[in-house]
Amino acid sequence: MKRITTPLTDKVLESLEVGDEVLITGVIYTGRDAAHRRFVEALDRGEQLPVDLRGQILYYVGPTPPRPGMVIGSAGPTTSYRMDPFTPRMYEAGVKATIGKGGRSQAVKEALKKYKGVYFGAIGGAGALLSQTIKKADVVAYEDLGPEAVRRLEVVDFPVIVVNDVRGNDLLEQGKAQWRRTAPA
Amino acid sequence: MRDIQAQAITDTVKRLCIEANYYLPQDVLDALRQARQREEAPRAQKVLDTILQNAQIAAEKQLALCQDTGTTVVFMEVGQDVHIAGGRLADAVNEGVRQGYTGGFLRKSVATQPFSARKNTGDNTPAVIHTDVVPGERLKITVLPKGGGCENMSRMVILRPGEGRKGITDFVLRTVEESGGNPCPPVIVGVGVGGTSEYCMYLAKRALLRKVGEHNPDPETAAFEAELLEQVNALGLGPQAWGGRTTALAVNVETHPTHITSLPVGINLQCHSARLKSAEL
Repeated sequence: MKRITTPLTDKVLESLEVGDEVLITGVIYTGRDAAHRRFVEALDRGEQLPVDLRGQILYYVGPTPPRPGMVIGSAGPTTSYRMDPFTPRMYEAGVKATIGKGGRSQAVKEALKKYKGVYFGAIGGAGALLSQTIKKADVVAYEDLGPEAVRRLEVVDFPVIVVNDVRGNDLLEQGKAQWRRTAPA
Repeated sequence: MRDIQAQAITDTVKRLCIEANYYLPQDVLDALRQARQREEAPRAQKVLDTILQNAQIAAEKQLALCQDTGTTVVFMEVGQDVHIAGGRLADAVNEGVRQGYTGGFLRKSVATQPFSARKNTGDNTPAVIHTDVVPGERLKITVLPKGGGCENMSRMVILRPGEGRKGITDFVLRTVEESGGNPCPPVIVGVGVGGTSEYCMYLAKRALLRKVGEHNPDPETAAFEAELLEQVNALGLGPQAWGGRTTALAVNVETHPTHITSLPVGINLQCHSARLKSAEL
């Protein structure tokens, strides 16, 4: 188990290996489909992003509403491939890691190597458990998007696994290669 | 003829929406525990432990199991001797969804104008409603909150009749493999075989209403289900597709007679957070 704190340095990113279990403490930002579209439109217009994401982690999540007195509702990862068309631009803009579930496109894996980034997997469908590590949540951009608004989360020991590291290794490929019992179709 | 008040339907749907999203069904919990016992991959064992722990936290804290509380799919068996009093059936159901998703702190995930504005309706309505008219004077309501991650991995094909069992097997394996970690494995694989293009997809969804471990009553179809499950789990994807033996908890096949030229096959995947709740009025 490795513990890291945000923002992330290149040294930390290089130390992370595919399959490593990692606990994240610090600030992470949320963003999913609609927010990514707006991020990239802003970058295309040569504008600043509404939040400074350099060195930061972007988490693909749209939480359930909190009960009164709670910080956030259930908050697990959504499927990452939907963000793939936008993701290389986000790493180019300085994002250092993303958190989601499922695999990434070849273009994203290339971007991870080029910009020295990682892709973390959180356990999809474990939103109740993951929410317990979130200590603070504030909407910081695109409030009109509701569950898809950009939030700034403060987390303590948020559990993830390294799915794609800076060297181009892929946990999904490795896992399948190790555990498959039949010839590929 | 028996009267059922629209208000009673609304109240029931509201309760089912909330309970389905907080509590994993017992058969799903049992299947996950059994899978954990059988699982050989250490990482997969940890994932299954986490999924079980998540279910415990959700139940204790009255928190949604997953942040994606889904499109609300509602299956109803309406006795032909039932009269719905005091409102329209679909309105009563949608009012229940509205109250359940608002009052239960569930996420509203339904957008109108799907190819353009994609504006959130704000209350998770409209539900997708399937109504079957059956003998008798009861009304059975089943709420299946269906997450986008697994729903997006649905597939349909019309095979040539001669492709038969092998063609179906290849299609199921290809669909599960290509979906990777996207549908949140271990999944339940719903397969609809026969009928027409739209009907095989309906059967695939209806196949998800079964308890895990319950087979098709037809022995040949039941044997096919067991064989498909074995082969899906031999793919090695495992929980979250991070490697392991547990890729699926069940493969459920529903069939219907079909045209002499056709072999329609629909596949609908359900994530491990296989939420489902029924009630009878």
